[in-house]
Amino acid sequence: MPTAGRERSVIQAIGVLLACQLVGEIVARGLGLSVPGPVIGLVLLFVGLVVFGRHLGLGEDTTETSHLDRVSNGLLREFGLFFIPAGAGVVQYLGLVTRHGFGLALALVLSTVLTLVVTVWVFLGVAKWTRPGRPPKA
Amino acid sequence: MMDTPFSLWVYLSTTPLTWLTLTVAAWIVAGRIASLARGNPIVNPVLIAILLVSGLLLATRTSYESYFQGAQFVHFLLGPTTVAIAVPLYRNRAIVRRNLLPMLVALVAGALVAVSSALAIGAAAGLPKDVLVALAPKSVTAGVAMAITERLGGAPSVTAILVIATGILGAIIVTPLMNAMRITDYAARGFAVGLASHGIGTARAFSVNPIAGLFAGIAMGLNAVVTSILVPIIVQYCL
Repeated sequence: MPTAGRERSVIQAIGVLLACQLVGEIVARGLGLSVPGPVIGLVLLFVGLVVFGRHLGLGEDTTETSHLDRVSNGLLREFGLFFIPAGAGVVQYLGLVTRHGFGLALALVLSTVLTLVVTVWVFLGVAKWTRPGRPPKA
Repeated sequence: MMDTPFSLWVYLSTTPLTWLTLTVAAWIVAGRIASLARGNPIVNPVLIAILLVSGLLLATRTSYESYFQGAQFVHFLLGPTTVAIAVPLYRNRAIVRRNLLPMLVALVAGALVAVSSALAIGAAAGLPKDVLVALAPKSVTAGVAMAITERLGGAPSVTAILVIATGILGAIIVTPLMNAMRITDYAARGFAVGLASHGIGTARAFSVNPIAGLFAGIAMGLNAVVTSILVPIIVQYCL
C-alpha cells in the first residue's frame, strides 16, 4: 500500500500537530520541565519526520507538498493573528502603562535593539569561522 | 420574529461568535492596511489589529473576560503553530545543520543580553521590582514567559502585555536596523528577530523571506528553553 501512511486529509494533519502538542504538554508537566509543551511537541514532530518522513512522502527530494506542509504553512502565515487576543489584554493594564510607560518603553526599545545587534553580530562572527565557502545566502 | 436592538446586543455580547469574528475581521483589515503600505515595517498588522480590538472593547465597555470567551479559539492556535515550525525545519534541515554552531553561540549571547539589558535599563529607569520580574522574560513566546513570571511570583498578565509589545517592537525595528547595518544574510537576520521578538518577530520574518522565517522560528523555540533556565538565576542574583 504505497499511499497508506501518507496524510490523507487536512484533519489528519491537524491531528498530528495536536497530538504532538498534547504529548509535549504531558512530558513537560509530568517531568516538571521548564521547557514549554509546544516546544517539546516541535521537537517530537521533527524527530518523527526525520524517522518516518520518507515513508510519509515527505522525503527531502519529493516535490509534492503534503497536507501537513499545507496546514503548517497556512498556520505560520497567520501567526500574527494568534497574538491578538493576548495583546488586547492591554485594556486591563492601562493604569500600568500610564504609570510606568516611560521606563517600560525605554527598557523595551533599548533592550530589543541591543538583543538584535548582539545576536546578529555573534551569529555572523561565528559563521565566518565555520562556513569556509561562506555562501552569501540572500 | 422581531427582536429589540437591545436584546439583540445582549445576545451578541455574550456569544463567543461575536468576538471571535471581530478578532478575525480586525486581522483581515490590518492585513489590508499593511499591504497598502507595501509591507512597510512601521505599519505592523499585529499592532493595528490589537489597537482595533482594544478600541472596540473600550468603546463597547466589554470586559476582557467576555472578549476572551470568543478570542480563546484563536489564542489556542499559538500552540499548534509552534509545533508546525517542525515542518519547515525538517524541509530545510541541511541549511540548518550548516549553521548549527553560529546559532548556538548567538543563542546564548542573545538570551543573556535580552534578559540582563531589560533588567538593567528598567532598574535604572526606576521600575519597581514586581514590574522588573514581569519584564525579564519579555523576549520569549507568551505562554512560556507567563509561566516563568508566575513561578517567580510576578504577574503573568503583565508579562503577556510586555511580551507582545516586545514582539511588535522587534518586528518594526528589525528590517530598517539590519538594512542600516548592511546585513544581507537572511538566516542571521531571522535568527536575531526570532530570538529578540519570538512569534511576532517570526511572523514578520516569514513575511519577508522563508529562510528568515525558518531561522526566526528556530531561535524562538531555542530561546524559550534557554530563557526559562536563565531568568530564575539572573532574577535571584540581581534583584
